[in-house]
Amino acid sequence: MSKQAQHWEKTRNHLFVTLAIWFVFSIGIFFFGAEMEASNFRPLGYPLSYYMTCQGSLGIFVILIFWFANRQEKIDEEFGYTEREGD
Amino acid sequence: MIKGKFIDNLPKVYGIYTGGFLVFIILMAIAEQAGMSAKLIGIFFVAFTVFIYAFIGWLSRTMQADAYYVAGRQVPTVFNGMATAADWMSGASFVAMAGGIYFKGYGYMALLVGWTGGYVLVASLLAPYLRKFGCYTVPDFIGTRYGGNLARLSAVLVLTVASFTYVTAQINATGTIASVALDIPFGIAVYVGLASILMCSMLGGMRAVTWTQVAQYIVLIIAYLLPVFWISNKMGAGFFPHFMLADEVARIAELESQFGLGSVKNSAADLATVPKGLAGITKAHSEVNTTPWKFISLAVCMMAGTASLPHVMMRYFTTPSVKTARRSVGWSLFFIFLLYSSAPMLATLSKLSLMDPNLSTGIIGKSISDVQALDWYQNWNQANLMFVSDFNGNGKLELNEFFMGGKAVVLATPEIAGLPYVISGLVAAGGMAAAMSTADGLVLAISNALSHDIYYKIINPKAETAKRLIVARVLLFLIGFAGASIAALEIQGILGSVIWAFDFAMSGLFFPLVLGVWWKRANAPGAVAGMLLGLISGTAYLIWVRNGGAGFWGITQLTFGIVGSLVSLVSMVVVSLITKAPDAATQRMVDEVRVPSGKTVLAKSH
Repeated sequence: MSKQAQHWEKTRNHLFVTLAIWFVFSIGIFFFGAEMEASNFRPLGYPLSYYMTCQGSLGIFVILIFWFANRQEKIDEEFGYTEREGD
Repeated sequence: MIKGKFIDNLPKVYGIYTGGFLVFIILMAIAEQAGMSAKLIGIFFVAFTVFIYAFIGWLSRTMQADAYYVAGRQVPTVFNGMATAADWMSGASFVAMAGGIYFKGYGYMALLVGWTGGYVLVASLLAPYLRKFGCYTVPDFIGTRYGGNLARLSAVLVLTVASFTYVTAQINATGTIASVALDIPFGIAVYVGLASILMCSMLGGMRAVTWTQVAQYIVLIIAYLLPVFWISNKMGAGFFPHFMLADEVARIAELESQFGLGSVKNSAADLATVPKGLAGITKAHSEVNTTPWKFISLAVCMMAGTASLPHVMMRYFTTPSVKTARRSVGWSLFFIFLLYSSAPMLATLSKLSLMDPNLSTGIIGKSISDVQALDWYQNWNQANLMFVSDFNGNGKLELNEFFMGGKAVVLATPEIAGLPYVISGLVAAGGMAAAMSTADGLVLAISNALSHDIYYKIINPKAETAKRLIVARVLLFLIGFAGASIAALEIQGILGSVIWAFDFAMSGLFFPLVLGVWWKRANAPGAVAGMLLGLISGTAYLIWVRNGGAGFWGITQLTFGIVGSLVSLVSMVVVSLITKAPDAATQRMVDEVRVPSGKTVLAKSH
């Protein structure tokens, strides 16, 4: 497999992992709205369903994007695809 | 002002700007104490900030194509994040979101999840690859990747439909705020708003819009956060509301049952006396009040729509590299998060200050005549945003007898909570900044697509740069004017048309964009079929449901993008597979897009 194909395969796998996490917190957990509301786990004292829609999922997305960007940069570095500064 | 130097000094320049703005707020507060009228303070706030934006717009004037279209591709990560956040957060986010949460609770929060989750798709599926491509506009990518004028034209069509739906709502919002703050009729205020919008973008295109958007973000975030923190501290609810309002949320639930929320229903005759557009509290504040599918379908539409709206995507064309484009998406969402996570807190504080009889601001349970005598009640009643009526004739205000407009949660809460008027002036300036920055991004997205993709790429490929940029500006003016004329008619509410814009964009552009990068086999006929059939079927479904059609799968007029995008996906895959595979040159181009380093696919200036 060429270097480029390997790079793309890694990139694609990284995408799938990212999208899986994204799916859980944007879609998955909201199948269980009622269960979250009844849950005894109450972050900062808020009902879990309320917390996830106000801060939880939103904050996780912010962190997820930075994590995604960092790991993708590592993958690019590994294959020597890092951009030169000022490119 | 030397360009290179300006870029290096950004933190300093905007630091001074922020400091200056804070000093201005303090000066206004002093003027208020000295007896300046509320009306004058409002005028000062809006006029002063709009003047600054126009000044930045003038400083950023340019006659170069890559500065006009993509701000010279040198906007640093964090600043592009701020500009995107301002570009993104519209008048609806600023003025209407907290109100939506206040009235509709959990069901509405799907919008918050959707409008943030979409950025994960932007970062992972699209932004870095489109940046590598080096295009000026979104149709530029579609036209080059798939080849052919028809693909380019279809993309321009979808872009125009989606962005134009969106922009009328934004010009409407600037008009609303300008008419309240400057005390002029709405029909005129709309054109005042338009003039301010054009001043920011006419001379400098994307470069001017970028630097004004950063300035607008700073104003809007201060204007949103300051009242939230102030009210929370004043009420003793906690110095950092986001982490400390659990007791208040619980207290609202307690008061809701005490005041008989849901058990007392208003008769149709009583409701007929309530002014149009106002609503009472009918849903519990923090309960799960919708089905999973309703929540998820709305969130999905907003996410896919986010990843297809051209005015957002084109912000990532302005970063220096692919790497910075990716990081910049993270910063964008961080800056958006600051406001979005505050909206539910504002809704909570606002509701509690009105409901809780233990607070001096609480009005539920008080005598109707006392409430009607309150200064702020009279002001907002006059502005048609508040209404009380003694339906049961017991002389006391019940929970079901109090009505408010959605905008009032943001606009009136500072006054209700007893904050000085200077804060209300600040909020008006913030709302103006939010609506203007989004309108600028949208008008620019449309006019750039028309001038670059239609005029330059299709009609007159030999046009000189100077001529192209003049055409771009004329189009900018015409589109802004058309948007303002439609906004002046006041056809739909602000929020409804914003949601439609997402569904339109998702119907026509989501899969053609994503598959353009992630599926090499996708070809021009497939993309054209995907864009056109997606847009047509989505629109048809919308018209059908609006005219009393039953719909299917529980898809409403707010989520018609699901129908459009599914049709788009299926037709794109089927048509691509039954027609010829893209040629070797196109396949190589896709390979090149997938590698972050090296030259962009399109030349630096094209």
